[in-house]
Amino acid sequence: MTPRRRFHRSLLRSLLGLSLSTASLVAATPAGAQTPATAAPVPATLTVSAAASLTNVLKDLGARYEAAHPGVKLQYNFAASGVLLQQISQGAPVDLFISADEETMARGIEQKLFDGASRRDIASNQVVLIVPAQGAVPLAGLNDLTGAAVKRIAIGKLATVPVGRYTKQSLDAAKLWAPLEPKFVYADSVRQVLDYVARGEVEAGFVYSTDAAVMADKVKVLQRVDGHAPVRYPAALVAEGRQKAAAGAFLAYLLTAPAQDALGKAGFGRP
Amino acid sequence: MTSLLATPFDASPLWLSLKVAAIATGIAWLLGVALGWVVARTRLPGRSLLEALCMLPLVLPPTVIGYGILLLAGRRSPLGGWLREHFDYSIVFSWHGAVVASAVVALPLVLKSASAAFAQVDRSLEAAARTLRQSGWSVFLRVTLPLAGPGILAGTLLAYARAMGEFGASLMVAGSIPGRTQTLSMAIYDSVQAGQDDVALLLVLITSTLSVGVLLLSNRLFGRGA
Repeated sequence: MTPRRRFHRSLLRSLLGLSLSTASLVAATPAGAQTPATAAPVPATLTVSAAASLTNVLKDLGARYEAAHPGVKLQYNFAASGVLLQQISQGAPVDLFISADEETMARGIEQKLFDGASRRDIASNQVVLIVPAQGAVPLAGLNDLTGAAVKRIAIGKLATVPVGRYTKQSLDAAKLWAPLEPKFVYADSVRQVLDYVARGEVEAGFVYSTDAAVMADKVKVLQRVDGHAPVRYPAALVAEGRQKAAAGAFLAYLLTAPAQDALGKAGFGRP
Repeated sequence: MTSLLATPFDASPLWLSLKVAAIATGIAWLLGVALGWVVARTRLPGRSLLEALCMLPLVLPPTVIGYGILLLAGRRSPLGGWLREHFDYSIVFSWHGAVVASAVVALPLVLKSASAAFAQVDRSLEAAARTLRQSGWSVFLRVTLPLAGPGILAGTLLAYARAMGEFGASLMVAGSIPGRTQTLSMAIYDSVQAGQDDVALLLVLITSTLSVGVLLLSNRLFGRGA
């Protein structure tokens, strides 16, 4: 029994060794040899951490980019910009970061998490006040939010969600922050604000105009909200990223005419 | 350690957690003991199914429970709409929502320990009480419940610890509104996301200490009860 078991074990070990060496051989083979030469020189899997408001348009652009660049795979991580920054500072393996505000990007560059020289603005946006499309409390605009019919208002968490900070700037300017504060429900990302309003759990919420467009059947835009810093989307390579060249190529693609057209169609402004 | 002690600390999540867990455990206790008795002592048709349904929160992801509560009691649901129309009340984004979520996840722990404890009570003692002309309700309160007491109490403490730690379902139903619905676990989540590691660490230490205390107490009672 024992010799046979020993034989099994050694067989297992050699099989394991064989599969491991095969795997490393495959990994060592330049993948470019198998794919036709295209504009993307480096076949790679890119991890892109991007602001939640970019979810739909970036997925769309990513699919197009992958189709045009065989060998390149894009993996997205969408969340509030502040949350993504925190993940990267904890060592999340990310190649490209796209923020929904300058402040988050500046904090990351200050902490040397991003390559400041690679920074490019890729788009701009507009904050709007939305209400549920059905069964909404009748409101004419911002000033009506103080009325008793409005019980809860969804905004992004100030510490991590850029749209929350833009909202605060606007409401501060309109002298509405303090009177409205007891009504606020703080969401983890702009898309959660959108969801709260779409489900009718809150009477109103502040999102970007592009988010409102994603759920045009469920939410209604009441008005544009001004008085905040311009909403810009800066993108930069992550300093610890392993795919600098490929990430740089994708960032450059986001600034090309076709990509900018797609962003424009989704409602984003020019950078 | 000195820097940790100097961390600015808002105690409201702590009090809210204790309050929510206490009320949720009270609700879970009443329901759990009643259902435990039904499961252990009656021949009610469908009681195994009832038990299985009540045990579900133990195995389901908190997100499913949170979504379930929103479906049943959210503003667009028949119940939520009715409450809103007639009483101008909603559990969504209120700490009552966290109580409901915590009670649902705490219920299985009380139910299981109560049904086990009731099953172990010596039926002849109850019969003896009945010969002394005690009513069924009196037998339950004076004989059955005290005999099953230690087992039920141990389960109740576990339920309290579980309710204190509730996060996912409460977050979905009650949100994390500082000073109003933000419990300890949510305050930890928010401070980690915002990169406030010192605050997070302090809250983690408080939560861990409380939970270990409750578990030690529960173990002691289990030891005695068995």
